Amino acid sequence: MFNFNKKTIFKYWGGKKSKQSLRVAGNRVVRQAFTTLTIDGCEIKAPVGEILAVTLFVNGKLTLKYSSRIKEPRGFFCLMGSCQECLVIVDGIILPACQVFVQEGTIVKTGINK
Amino acid sequence: MTKIFTNDIKKVDLVVLGAGPAGVAAANVASKEGAEVVIIDENSSAGGQIYRAPPNEFKPQNSFKSDEFREGEKQRNILKNSNVKALFKHRVWSVSSDLVVSTVGPNGLSSWHARSLIIANGALERIIPFPGWTIPGVIGLAASTILLKSQYVLPGQSTVVAGCGPLLIAVANGIIKSGGKVSAIIDLNSKSDWIKAFPRLLSRPDQLFKGMSWFANIMKAGIKLYGGHAVTNTKQVDNVLRISIAPINSAGSILDSKNQKIVEGDCLAIGHGLFPSTEITRLLKAKHIYDPLKGGWVPLIDDDFRSSIPGVYIAGDATGISGAFSAVQKGRIAGMAAVRDLNVMSSQKYKAKIKSELIILKKNENFGKAAVRLMKFRPELIQTITSETIVCRCEDVFRSEIDEAIESGARDLNQLKAWTRCGMGPCQGRTCSEAIEAILASKVGSRELAGQWTGRTPLRPVPIEQIIGKYTYEDIPIPENAPL
Repeated sequence: MFNFNKKTIFKYWGGKKSKQSLRVAGNRVVRQAFTTLTIDGCEIKAPVGEILAVTLFVNGKLTLKYSSRIKEPRGFFCLMGSCQECLVIVDGIILPACQVFVQEGTIVKTGINK
Repeated sequence: MTKIFTNDIKKVDLVVLGAGPAGVAAANVASKEGAEVVIIDENSSAGGQIYRAPPNEFKPQNSFKSDEFREGEKQRNILKNSNVKALFKHRVWSVSSDLVVSTVGPNGLSSWHARSLIIANGALERIIPFPGWTIPGVIGLAASTILLKSQYVLPGQSTVVAGCGPLLIAVANGIIKSGGKVSAIIDLNSKSDWIKAFPRLLSRPDQLFKGMSWFANIMKAGIKLYGGHAVTNTKQVDNVLRISIAPINSAGSILDSKNQKIVEGDCLAIGHGLFPSTEITRLLKAKHIYDPLKGGWVPLIDDDFRSSIPGVYIAGDATGISGAFSAVQKGRIAGMAAVRDLNVMSSQKYKAKIKSELIILKKNENFGKAAVRLMKFRPELIQTITSETIVCRCEDVFRSEIDEAIESGARDLNQLKAWTRCGMGPCQGRTCSEAIEAILASKVGSRELAGQWTGRTPLRPVPIEQIIGKYTYEDIPIPENAPL
């Protein structure tokens, strides 16, 4: 389903071999359109409309930002716009990744507070 | 250009905050009676978190459509076919005491001056911290339901599901049904807790049957279930979470800290129950009471769901956790009370209509209350918050710092916030309030004495770029030079 090149997979799984996708197979749901967005300089294919935090998650990006004081890694936690732990930079604006949806050409940067 | 610097305030009869089951019911009933209604929600469509819709671009296949999906579609259609003006993808960042609701949406800022306001902002998930709860890969049970229901994504290759209440079983069952693997279930409730809840759950046999079939699926899959256990620690070793668990008593106290077991997975989905969201009612300085059987702090309401603030009504789980079914009746009653008080509906008609609603509400509430008992707060569970555990995630405040501040004389929640910065971050204390209130209450004697944080704006962070919008130099007004 995904046209990742080997290098991308390698990078996103932290050097480990790619595992089975966490996206549930197409007999339950049809993801009608896929598009390409840029995540930290890598082009990623993702279903249009998917929550950005989820796209990052299924591509192995668990760490989205670092905490404010002790700079420890943080990822999405509540997924409903409450906890603010999934803040990323979307087209230059800091937004919770759980409130952003996959659109063509979006440029995402993770690692706030690094 | 004028759009950028001026901010028109539109007047409207009724503003409903939150388009979950309660909000949709309230907005619809009020609009049917002839009131001009605006409903505002952060999500892209109605349904709240319980009936959260998949993205428009996703087509769920018929045979896999759940009851919840169908109910959500029903509510979305009700709203679509009504005269209610629905503002989705709008974040409410302020509600003022004269009932001006300020939002930021895809087209920038907008404000609504409401004659009446219905707050139906639902519930938040309580997660009592433990060492390792901030590791990416540890997520809420509610977050897991969103992954499964609306995104069709598994929370992990192998997930440990922990906590309590109906969500625990729902998430475990959801993972199995989606073809994923649950490596263990860690339930705060023991077998006897479930048996005690049974008679009340019989008020909705259909739902009880559904829950039991989920439970049967879990048993059939041969998943190890640890009843009466709590997660005490989580460590990450090469992408694997090593999760320590220990038996607890009914108050949440760890019984045998030496006898810990370890379970493993790449995801830990954990939640210790739901509590009503009070951020807006606190901001409006409404009166609140603490009621553990309603999930925690709740705004004080009368029989018609009026809060202590004139013109402000509360509906759904925000009045006390009792679930999605009763939320509909709560919404309808609040909606009718609001239009009656606006003199859009006659008192006679109101009285006649309300009777049947109250009967259904009672039945559904009984079911909801049994579920609340299964996710009631266990005060001694704060033992899992060791002194090196971060309690406030936004500001990285450790338990030791909280204890130190209390030791030095911080006697209420706001003082604790001023001294340690806990609850001062971008989440406005939504994530840590339950834990910090409980820690303070254990020292000062009660939750009432510990108090609540003062509500503050912005309710949600607002990026400056969204406030100013897109403009160029030509858009900036330059006043004419004064004559020399």
